Amino acid sequence: MKVLLMYRDKNFDPKAALPPNTDALAQDLEIDIVCNVMARGDALLFDIAKNALLLGLDSPEMITYRQHVLNDCIEHPEVVRGMYRLAVEAIEGRNKIWGWHFDYPDSVLRSSVETLDLFFDILKELRRTADSYGGRFRSEGFVRLFAMVEHELDDTYLMKIKEHLGELKFPEGERMSAQLGKGLKGEGYVLRRFPIRKQSFADRILRRKSKFSFEVAPEDESGHRALSDIRDNGIRMVARALRESTDHMLGFFTALRTELAFYLGCLNLRETLLNKGEPTCFPVPSATNGFALSARGLYDVCLTLKLDQRVVGNDLKADGKSLLVITGANQGGKSTFLRGLGLAYLMTQAGMFAPAEQFSVGVSSGLFTHYKREEDVTMKSGKFDEELGRMSKIVDHVGPGSVLLCNESFASTNEREGSEIGEEVIRALLDSGIRVFLVTHLFELANRFRSQDAVEHLFLRAERRPDGQRTFRIVEGGPLPTSYGQDLYRQIFEAAQEAVEVQPPSARP
Amino acid sequence: MMDQPQFQSVLFQESVSEEDVDSRTALPFFRDLNLDQVLQTLTEGREEYNLAPFFCYPLNDVESITYRQDVMKDLEGELLRGHVESFAGEMQEMRRHLAQAGKLHNEYQKMSWFLDAVEIYCDTVRNLRDGLSGASPASRGLRGFGGYLESYAVSDGFASLLSETKELKNRLSEIEYRIHIQGLRVTVDKYGGEPDYSAEVRETFRKFQEGEVEGFTIRGQAHHDTPVMDSVEERILDLLVKRYPDFFSELSAYCARHTSYLDQTIRRFDREVQFYLAYLRQMDVLKSAGLNFCYPQVDAQTKEVRAQETFDLALALVLARESKRVVYNDFYLQGKERIFVVSGPNQGGKTTFARTFGQLHYLARLGYPVPGTEARLFLPDDIFTHFEREEHVGSLRGKLQDELIRMHEVLQRATGNSMVIINEGFASTTLSDALFLGREILQRVVDLGCLGVYVTFIDELSKLGEATVSMASTVVPENPTSRTFKIVRKPADGRAYAMAIAEKYGLTRQSIRRRLER
Repeated sequence: MKVLLMYRDKNFDPKAALPPNTDALAQDLEIDIVCNVMARGDALLFDIAKNALLLGLDSPEMITYRQHVLNDCIEHPEVVRGMYRLAVEAIEGRNKIWGWHFDYPDSVLRSSVETLDLFFDILKELRRTADSYGGRFRSEGFVRLFAMVEHELDDTYLMKIKEHLGELKFPEGERMSAQLGKGLKGEGYVLRRFPIRKQSFADRILRRKSKFSFEVAPEDESGHRALSDIRDNGIRMVARALRESTDHMLGFFTALRTELAFYLGCLNLRETLLNKGEPTCFPVPSATNGFALSARGLYDVCLTLKLDQRVVGNDLKADGKSLLVITGANQGGKSTFLRGLGLAYLMTQAGMFAPAEQFSVGVSSGLFTHYKREEDVTMKSGKFDEELGRMSKIVDHVGPGSVLLCNESFASTNEREGSEIGEEVIRALLDSGIRVFLVTHLFELANRFRSQDAVEHLFLRAERRPDGQRTFRIVEGGPLPTSYGQDLYRQIFEAAQEAVEVQPPSARP
Repeated sequence: MMDQPQFQSVLFQESVSEEDVDSRTALPFFRDLNLDQVLQTLTEGREEYNLAPFFCYPLNDVESITYRQDVMKDLEGELLRGHVESFAGEMQEMRRHLAQAGKLHNEYQKMSWFLDAVEIYCDTVRNLRDGLSGASPASRGLRGFGGYLESYAVSDGFASLLSETKELKNRLSEIEYRIHIQGLRVTVDKYGGEPDYSAEVRETFRKFQEGEVEGFTIRGQAHHDTPVMDSVEERILDLLVKRYPDFFSELSAYCARHTSYLDQTIRRFDREVQFYLAYLRQMDVLKSAGLNFCYPQVDAQTKEVRAQETFDLALALVLARESKRVVYNDFYLQGKERIFVVSGPNQGGKTTFARTFGQLHYLARLGYPVPGTEARLFLPDDIFTHFEREEHVGSLRGKLQDELIRMHEVLQRATGNSMVIINEGFASTTLSDALFLGREILQRVVDLGCLGVYVTFIDELSKLGEATVSMASTVVPENPTSRTFKIVRKPADGRAYAMAIAEKYGLTRQSIRRRLER
């Protein structure tokens, strides 16, 4: 029995190896902030959300599969939350039963029977859910799941489980076969199944009189132990089989909980955003090679989750553009824009909604970030070494269709050198079919690409009004030779009353 | 050889009784030559065979030695050795079964272990018979034993032992019974073919199987590893004896009939062949460390002995275990040469050389291959050793007196066909005393005309005459502090070692000058 709400052909594996760029990506895009809102304090939801974001899909068709499932969840949130509670109940109930136990066959069997009792009730409940609501779901994933529940957990099957539950309590005692092993000790004990039947009183009397039987004296303690050893031998295999079976059932509930946890996370995040008045939409994914990218009202999820008010959304028309160079005022929203774009990629490829009114994108085969690390303040050359070392590791892993987000790369050396090397690296990446989004204050570097006047390059700029005021809007425009450090200077030293409204500047060069 | 019925021993070509061998104890020179250590290593893990007496029973004639060398050569063949070793393993297993039978108190359990012991015996006897005939050994010893096995295996006694054993085992394996536990009551029945419940459980829940589940532990069969039965098991067995009366009465008749099933010649072979296997095992270890063994040519006439790339076996066994390098030595005596006079620094390998020389000659008398690529050895009538005893603490006079008394004893008993190995301890006397005593003693050995090694720290003793050969340790240039040096024929030169140490630390006169120039 497979859940298949995340993939059409396999369960979501929350322990799957994450891509090599994961740590940097999670840190640079501040994924944890998004995951926290998805989790609402549930550690499991957090982990699943994070893994789903980092283990994105690269097939537009599979992304749509998840979008449809998510859409069902949006339409029937209470049914889905109810199913999640069932899975949790099964898992937690089971863990309570096994929380502390002996590994004697007898204890294993008893706990397994207890577990089966619990699972039986929950399976019945799941069946009832499928019976009552199954018809209202439209996505391929849910339609299949409910059909499977109806079919696999039909009345006959549920009866069969009930029957086993009765027999496994051995109302007529245990009957087992054995052979004589080394030194005539019994071995090869196999518990045998006898249909339960009523015994006449005469039967019982006859059995008691059989000359091939004996009774352990009630006060013979070591005899009792010996008897239960024999009994253990008989039930060992069936205890193992039942334990394994209930473990497999637990596997089903675990998969169900895992996959529903992802969609529950999506519901949680969506609710929070809608309450703030932020728009969401199902993005339109397309094949990698077209370099599609367009958006209306694209915003940074992370930033809006940190603030009370809504944040500024941006429109973007970058279809067919392989290089985006974003320049402009410090504190003007460049980094926010880049992060928002990165998160939109991750959410889209996880099968989630996108933080925008409209978002279309060619999926990436791998998202990478190369951000300037403020904390690595050592000698200048050491810093540049470190930076190029990271870039070199990225080059180890990128391939055609990858997307690289660069934030102030090559800035830990002088502008001339940084631009020279930066151009080399970026040009090589572009030639290999990698899409690069570059935020930089290096005029020289940006201008080198600008002067090539290539159609697949797009230049954006953090907007600044003539009076120096920032709008946090990113608009089309080439690099300007001077940065806006003087704005900041003015703001801080001359317009103290306005400083409250902007974030304090970090140590920018 | 057509005389298979007379076959007695794979170690002795002539009739030697086990009682005679078992009365032997360690010889006086074992300790000085570290042969006690070799004995220890060889017999370790083989205590049940009591191999020490064989090791203390040197052979006195070339033909007896050849008898063993031939067996050994056969056993060096992987195939033959494999057959013999698995035979030995099975015989051990058989004895373990008999011992177990002896320890149990339930009579039917005893019988069952006995039955298994006999089955193992029957199987291994037939396997060895097939193995030996298939591998066609060349030695008289193994061919003789192979012939013996051929006729034993087709004897009436063995044939009926075999068929009765197999018959009983077969019937035992067919007994399948049923236990029904209701509360404290246990009923035993014949099994009636009811289905396996665990398989049904598995089948019912198969649809949930999806990949691996986490492992868990479930306690194994209680007392499974002890052969003793608990009270319930025993009572079940009692019921089974009643259920299957024919089988159990035949089992007990069988046991009574076959108490002395074990053939004495096979038993003796099982013990004696260990003498070879024990040595082969250690040869394996040393060969894999790159060392060589050879079959010495042994001669009771000529004293022109020689050996190539030989080594101290006791030392090599220790070094191989620590993966350390073993140093080879070559030696030869020609013409009138009889005595190696070994001089040089302490820790220079002098004693090792002396031991090697003695060990080689003793190992050859046991019929063993000896360390080296090639060896021609003398068959001495006896070996006498005198090594300085460190632990004899007492006055200097007392110690010297003790040494001289023991040396005197040795020289009294040695003949011209003996071997004398002296590692003198005169270093603690004055040089003139040491020189005098050394010269006197050595001259007496020379006068005896016997073979020997004389280890001394006094250079001058190496030039005593045409019967002595001067041997001295060389220095390994790249590692002069190494403790094992090669001993070669050369005039004594006590300074070589000191020079090498100085060189290593850059403290030779030349080195110091060079360093001071900078």
